[in-house]
Amino acid sequence: MLGFVIQRFLQAIAVMLVISVLVFVGVYGIGNPIDVVISPDATQQIREAAIRAYGFDQPLWIQYRDFLLRLLSGDFGRSFIFNMPVLELIFSRLPATLELTLAAVVGATLLGVPLGMYAGYKPDSAFARIVMTVSVLGFSVPTFWIGLVLIFAFAVQLGWLPAGGRGPTAMLFGVEWSFLTREGLTHLLLPALNLSLFKFAMMVRLARAGTREAILSDVVRFARAAGESETTILRRHVLRLIAIPIVTVFGLEFGSTLAFAVVTETIFSWPGVGKLIIDSISLLDRPVMVAYLMLVAFLFIMINFLVDIAYAALDPRLRAGAKR
Amino acid sequence: MSALLEIRDLATHFASATGTVKAVDGVSFDVNAGEIVGLVGESGSGKTITGFSILGLIDAPGRIVAGSIKLEGRELVGLSQGELRKLRGKRIAMVFQDPSTALNPVLSIGEQMRMALAAHESVSRAAADERARDLLARVGIPEPAKRLDAYPHQLSGGMRQRVAIAIALLNRPSLIVCDEPTTALDVSIQAQILAEMRDLARDFGTALIWISHDLATVSALASRLIVMYAGRIVEDGPIGAILRSPRHPYTRGLLDSLPSMAAPGQELRQIPGSMPSLANLPPGCAFAPRCTHADAACNAAPPERRDGERGWRCHHPLIAVPA
Repeated sequence: MLGFVIQRFLQAIAVMLVISVLVFVGVYGIGNPIDVVISPDATQQIREAAIRAYGFDQPLWIQYRDFLLRLLSGDFGRSFIFNMPVLELIFSRLPATLELTLAAVVGATLLGVPLGMYAGYKPDSAFARIVMTVSVLGFSVPTFWIGLVLIFAFAVQLGWLPAGGRGPTAMLFGVEWSFLTREGLTHLLLPALNLSLFKFAMMVRLARAGTREAILSDVVRFARAAGESETTILRRHVLRLIAIPIVTVFGLEFGSTLAFAVVTETIFSWPGVGKLIIDSISLLDRPVMVAYLMLVAFLFIMINFLVDIAYAALDPRLRAGAKR
Repeated sequence: MSALLEIRDLATHFASATGTVKAVDGVSFDVNAGEIVGLVGESGSGKTITGFSILGLIDAPGRIVAGSIKLEGRELVGLSQGELRKLRGKRIAMVFQDPSTALNPVLSIGEQMRMALAAHESVSRAAADERARDLLARVGIPEPAKRLDAYPHQLSGGMRQRVAIAIALLNRPSLIVCDEPTTALDVSIQAQILAEMRDLARDFGTALIWISHDLATVSALASRLIVMYAGRIVEDGPIGAILRSPRHPYTRGLLDSLPSMAAPGQELRQIPGSMPSLANLPPGCAFAPRCTHADAACNAAPPERRDGERGWRCHHPLIAVPA
């Protein structure tokens, strides 16, 4: 296990280095940000002083080297636009996205997996057909459109839920969270629902396909021959057998939603990192882009690591040191 | 005394796009308490479906369309799934062909045995483990206490099948349907398992229906033999008598194709052709197209003939029988 962790750690460093090169070169290619940093009516002297101060006159590899050296001391630089340390900026926005993503992905899984299992267990029932129809909608209807419809229906017409924003937050572990206040929860509901529809559809399909296959397996037949009830078979046998792909997709969806929930965040004016990255791209806020993309890479490495640990917990055949 | 299991005119059909597949079509036989009955036939003869029918484990589009299955005097056909579930594992159990697919790969042996026990009674974990350990020891698994925490992939094929047998025996059923339980195993392990099954069945007073395509293993175990072909029983009787003088040409063919029956250096005999489609059986004897004795009479279904303990369905039985 320790060997596995060390190996993964070294891999992670290598991956992060490669990512940092790709991101840095890519962002460098977007254009010179100097014009957004200084005011348009600055004199040529101020302009050149600023270019020198930011190091934009240096060749790419020296800029990258300086960036890496600063990184080693934990300094991702300052945002050109917000004029504050990039990490501080990102971490002030991250909790909003984190709670939105968690609510969406966890909700989609807790609801989608049981419904998908039911649809796989009784594929011809009317209820299963309804579930599958909803899942087709979840796949094919664009997220932004559903978001607008949700706002129109629940916020504008019915007036049950707020149309946007985070609402009041409460402090936990030194971070502001919406889900801790009653009103914050109502703000969270619509964007989470919007974000979860696609994931719900995916979980339904995954669970359904896995269940349909597992229900015909000898494992289930043998369990039935032993007199185990259908509920026991679904909960204890089938769920365990289909868990691996579900955990895989859970991890991937969690990572990508955390990084790119931008459409939903924009529609619901949710002050998360998705909005931040879009703003920083349009404003050429280089340090934010670089730090953010590296953070995303780091998140995916962590998620994959946790998913691998979950594999070992779920399937004894994948445990390190498992022998025949 | 009535038999432990009485099957009468059992018919299990499968609806398919090309017509009704008559997997089991009018099968009748008895199994007495503690008796070991061999059920042989080639693939598709209906022997496995007969076994699944007894447990009520026929999945759609299959259905028991006619007949009666009585266990200990109680009719099983028409029972609700809930009633059947209470009997499965408790009064009738089943052992499958391939232990590597029947055991759940992600649950420990102990957990699977506890689940099989919990399906029928509420026992404490300690008591369940105690019984599981005892049974694992009985089926010849060394260090059973350690094996409870093992997973199927950590055991050999023979050990896995022993675990499956232990699970089948857990609730001391009166009948176990064994669906080719040794086919997937090495020959040396096969012999061990056969000997142990015979002893276990005797010690537990459990009757066995031993389904196999292999006459050699069945003859080492069973006291009575039932030969199926295309969903019907073509011959049945005491195993010694059938092996000495089969009456049905199909049984003869099965015996002749055993390697041990051929003289060294001589080519193995085989039954020409293959089994007809069960969705489209010929009107008379289903074996007639492959039979060297067939004539015009075989276009009509042969009636069942009985002579003491022996029975057969053939217009041209291989030895003359007293009229």
